[in-house]
Amino acid sequence: MSDIVEKTLTALPGLFLQNQSVGGPAGVKASFSSRLGGLVRGITALTSKHEEEKLIQQELSNLKATVSAPATTLKMMKECMVRLIYCEMLGYDASFGYIHAIKLAQQGNLLEKRVGYLAVSLFLHENHELLLLLVNTVVKDLQSTNLVEVCMALTIVSQIFPREMIPAVLPLIEDKLQHSKEIIRRKAVLALYKFHLIAPNQVQHIHIKFRKALCDRDVGVMAASLHIYFRMIKENPSAYKDLTGSFVTILKQVVGGKLPVDFNYHSVPAPWLQIQLLRILGLLGKDDQRTSELMYDVLDESLRRAELNHNVTYAILFECVHTVYSIYPKSELLEKAAKCIGKFVLSPKINLKYLGLKALTYVIQQDPTLALQHQMTIIECLDHPDPIIKRETLELLYRITNAQNITVIVQKMLEYLHQSKEEYIIVNLVGKIAELAEKYAPDNAWFIQTMNAVFSVGGDVMHPDIPNNFMRLLAEGFDDETEDQQLRLYAVQSYLTLLDVENVFYPQKFLQVMSWVLGEYYYLLDKDTPEEVLTKLYKLLMNASVSSETKAWLIAAVTKLTSQAHSSNIVERLIQEFTISLDTCMRQHAFELKHLRENVELMKSLLPVDKSCEDMVVDASLSFLDGFVAEELSQGAAPYKPHHQRQEEKLSQEKVLNFEPYGLSFSSSGFTGRQSPAGISLGSDISGNSAETGLKETNGLKLEGIKKLWGKEGYLPKKEGKTGDETEAPPVPQESIIMETVDQTLIKKDQCQVLTQSKEEKEKQLLASSLFVGLGSESTVNLLGKADTVSHKFRRKSKIKETKSGETTSAHNRTCSYFSSSSNATYEDGYYLDTLQDRGDKELNKLSLNSGLLDSESLTELPSVEKLSNCKLSSSPSLFTDNSMEGFQPSQSTALSVANETSLAASLLEETSEHMHSDLVEVCHNETISLSSFKIWKDDCLFMVWSVSNKSGLELESADLEIAPAENFKG
Amino acid sequence: MIKAILIFNNHGKPRLSKFYQPYSEDTQQQIIRETFHLVSKRDENVCNFLEGGLLIGGSDNKLIYRHYATLYFVFCVDSSESELGILDLIQVFVETLDKCFENVCELDLIFHVDKVHNILAEMVMGGMVLETNMNEIVTQIDAQNKLEKSEPPVMEVHLQKSTLLERKRFLHL
Repeated sequence: MSDIVEKTLTALPGLFLQNQSVGGPAGVKASFSSRLGGLVRGITALTSKHEEEKLIQQELSNLKATVSAPATTLKMMKECMVRLIYCEMLGYDASFGYIHAIKLAQQGNLLEKRVGYLAVSLFLHENHELLLLLVNTVVKDLQSTNLVEVCMALTIVSQIFPREMIPAVLPLIEDKLQHSKEIIRRKAVLALYKFHLIAPNQVQHIHIKFRKALCDRDVGVMAASLHIYFRMIKENPSAYKDLTGSFVTILKQVVGGKLPVDFNYHSVPAPWLQIQLLRILGLLGKDDQRTSELMYDVLDESLRRAELNHNVTYAILFECVHTVYSIYPKSELLEKAAKCIGKFVLSPKINLKYLGLKALTYVIQQDPTLALQHQMTIIECLDHPDPIIKRETLELLYRITNAQNITVIVQKMLEYLHQSKEEYIIVNLVGKIAELAEKYAPDNAWFIQTMNAVFSVGGDVMHPDIPNNFMRLLAEGFDDETEDQQLRLYAVQSYLTLLDVENVFYPQKFLQVMSWVLGEYYYLLDKDTPEEVLTKLYKLLMNASVSSETKAWLIAAVTKLTSQAHSSNIVERLIQEFTISLDTCMRQHAFELKHLRENVELMKSLLPVDKSCEDMVVDASLSFLDGFVAEELSQGAAPYKPHHQRQEEKLSQEKVLNFEPYGLSFSSSGFTGRQSPAGISLGSDISGNSAETGLKETNGLKLEGIKKLWGKEGYLPKKEGKTGDETEAPPVPQESIIMETVDQTLIKKDQCQVLTQSKEEKEKQLLASSLFVGLGSESTVNLLGKADTVSHKFRRKSKIKETKSGETTSAHNRTCSYFSSSSNATYEDGYYLDTLQDRGDKELNKLSLNSGLLDSESLTELPSVEKLSNCKLSSSPSLFTDNSMEGFQPSQSTALSVANETSLAASLLEETSEHMHSDLVEVCHNETISLSSFKIWKDDCLFMVWSVSNKSGLELESADLEIAPAENFKG
Repeated sequence: MIKAILIFNNHGKPRLSKFYQPYSEDTQQQIIRETFHLVSKRDENVCNFLEGGLLIGGSDNKLIYRHYATLYFVFCVDSSESELGILDLIQVFVETLDKCFENVCELDLIFHVDKVHNILAEMVMGGMVLETNMNEIVTQIDAQNKLEKSEPPVMEVHLQKSTLLERKRFLHL
């Protein structure tokens, strides 16, 4: 057949030439229109892709010249468009013609307009900017009295239309629902359906009109509206239960042959309509007995009527079966449906067989016996020459797999897998095998071997969960420890054998799994030295086809094994080899290994045997370095500044506004000064001498936590700073400056705690979200409006005392109490604050401050309080708009339990549980008082809650909380 | 809904491609290639359904195709369409083409790509089946063609056409 076409195509040139030879204007026209023919002929004659490319490029440049020439008539333009469509279809870029397509749709007569619209719908996509130029044309055409134009406009709207321009045409299209011509009404319904798809909220108000369309006297319009209902019912079946009756009636009429004969297709009445209705009924009747009862009759009739032996009746039957099994079951119908399925499965027609298997797959969970009835057919289908049938059969088997038949089924699946080359199939099937193997594996050997097959076939296309789950399964094991060990041992042995085979290439993922297992569980072999396996790993490492990611896994395995080996030439050689590797990552690993080897004790503790499931306790705050740091600082060493902090400093000198991410200088309570941005690092400088240096240093060193604060969203840390409410720690009176440091340390400490907690991630998200609020605009002022404690104005000391009889005193003395423990200073916060403030103004300029703080709040509390009722909260009014700071005192009963502050906080957290909140973090404590804080994010604001609890039996008389704005923020 | 309608010949040359979902130009070409690759290696005696490759969008989608003489007609649809229903829709489409072009063949599709698109637009609109009644479609097309009558014929191909349809085939499918 294709030969004939080839021949006719080669015969074409003669014809074209004839056409062209005709003189006059007709000749011009003919020559023009025949260019498409010429093009097609040219392309067909070509043999190589390269030549085709050349020809089309040439054609395109001709077209480009033509379409942009002013002399080109619209008629010629129309021809050009057809050729452009052709070129685009072949995959060549004809974007220069897009604008002309739109022009043609705007200006042409009907025919030209039609080509223009067609070209637009083929060339452009929904978000193309040129589409906006089309909106006016569409509006104009929708208002046209010419039906063809209206139809064209509706067609283009349903194909592509910019979402944001829907309001421009929506009323016009709504009007069309009342149009006298049914074809217009029908297209209008589908255009609205399109709008429902891309912008559901914009057509919500016309749902009532959809109902009208459903009741339209024209069957076509009604059928079109079913598309919408199918969609909407799928999304929310319960909202349309009342329509069940209507659908049933319609279906009854259709099935009963009440429609005009026009709608018959091979003497089946409106089959597509029936299919659609059956699907809708299936959705409506699902798990709903009352609704289902309405449709039993009509389903029965449909099953009965669909007996003609034609393709399309089977289509209806299939839908019937599907619906019968979807809705609330009725045994009589199920029986009939089961019989139908039998018809499908046993049919010699392969399409029907396919659908029969599909139906079986669908019903198998409800009725496993059906599979038994057809088991022989199913077995036959397993060896069917059509791979699609085979796959459908496997899908069916997958549903009926249990511990007994697993081995057979998986074997069949693997067989299929080995024949298949399509990635999609491999990914799909490999996932299923792995799932089944994990669920039903009969024994260790089988499991490991199956997984080996999965890894080697699935290779690098399979879902990453598969190897991950596998390794987790090995590591975590089951209940029985000896069983687990055997499984692991078997895995190790099997991998050793696999690696013995020469010249076999395993997928990277498989190698990674192997190296992990060997590294973790080689010890189970009880060999004296892992020399043998090291040799193998070494060989792999030297293999050029192994990816660098896999090499990292390999060398990790080597490292683990080295800790068990006393000495190994191979490891030495490996180290030599890779310490000079060009791959920096490998080089680093090699160096690590080298150094670890020099300290066997360390190595053993670092790489314990069979501890992969146990969490490592990492002191993220590096607190063990505190002593060292303190000592160094006391000898005058400069405190550590993280890299970005240094950079910030640099930046801050250039900018007027400080955007330091770090909460470091938050506390600045002391410094009212308009300090130049440079002044910010003051805290860290000074802190050197303070008793807190150690701590502070810790924070400084804790790079990890800090880095995390720099999210993609920008200045995460800033937020951290805010939320990690600052506290002023006045107790250590060494130098007024200390305050700064203290603040920093506190913040950092906060951070440490937060970070080390497992909720770290969540915390980060919370942080990120609230950060955004603040960072939206450059000034923090926004934040203030939201009752955030963060404000640059903190420092103004006007005190608002709001003591309320509430429950928790949200006094914020974390700092003071914290420091009080470290230095037994008296709590003279007020004094300190004052001094700090006074001095701050002057001193800030001199001191180079940490890059730090955008905004800081420092809260001071005087814990020399005896009675909680006297709690004082002070803050500058500007800080909290609408006085949103409140102190609560716990009720008597709770007060008793307050000794344990967490319980209180917990109760509070409970109250606020519907909002996002951070964990309760203890900020500081001494023997009498402890302060903790947490944050609650609400829709429009951030609450900071500080709770102070009195651990001693003594009564607190008063507590002062002072919140003062720091002005650092405004540079 | 219908995601895409593709027609290509036995050599994989596209003759018509219509996408009802936005794909980039490159993806469209890739889909055509991949679909051809999948469909062309199927024997004659196998079912007309294929589960979609990765490109056309995962397990929910399938390809339903028919092979007529030199051309493959492929519909990519999602799970809300009935397989057999679409199979007959292709038949309706081809029969309609046959009516409009009088013994349609590949050449008609090449030289009247715009007309074929117009016919298709009467059947499928925005990915939804609009009309399945052949006579109705032909009436619509005729009405539009009347406009064209005033114009001289674009190009008559007076060649012996090879019929795409083999009647006996679709009667007993």
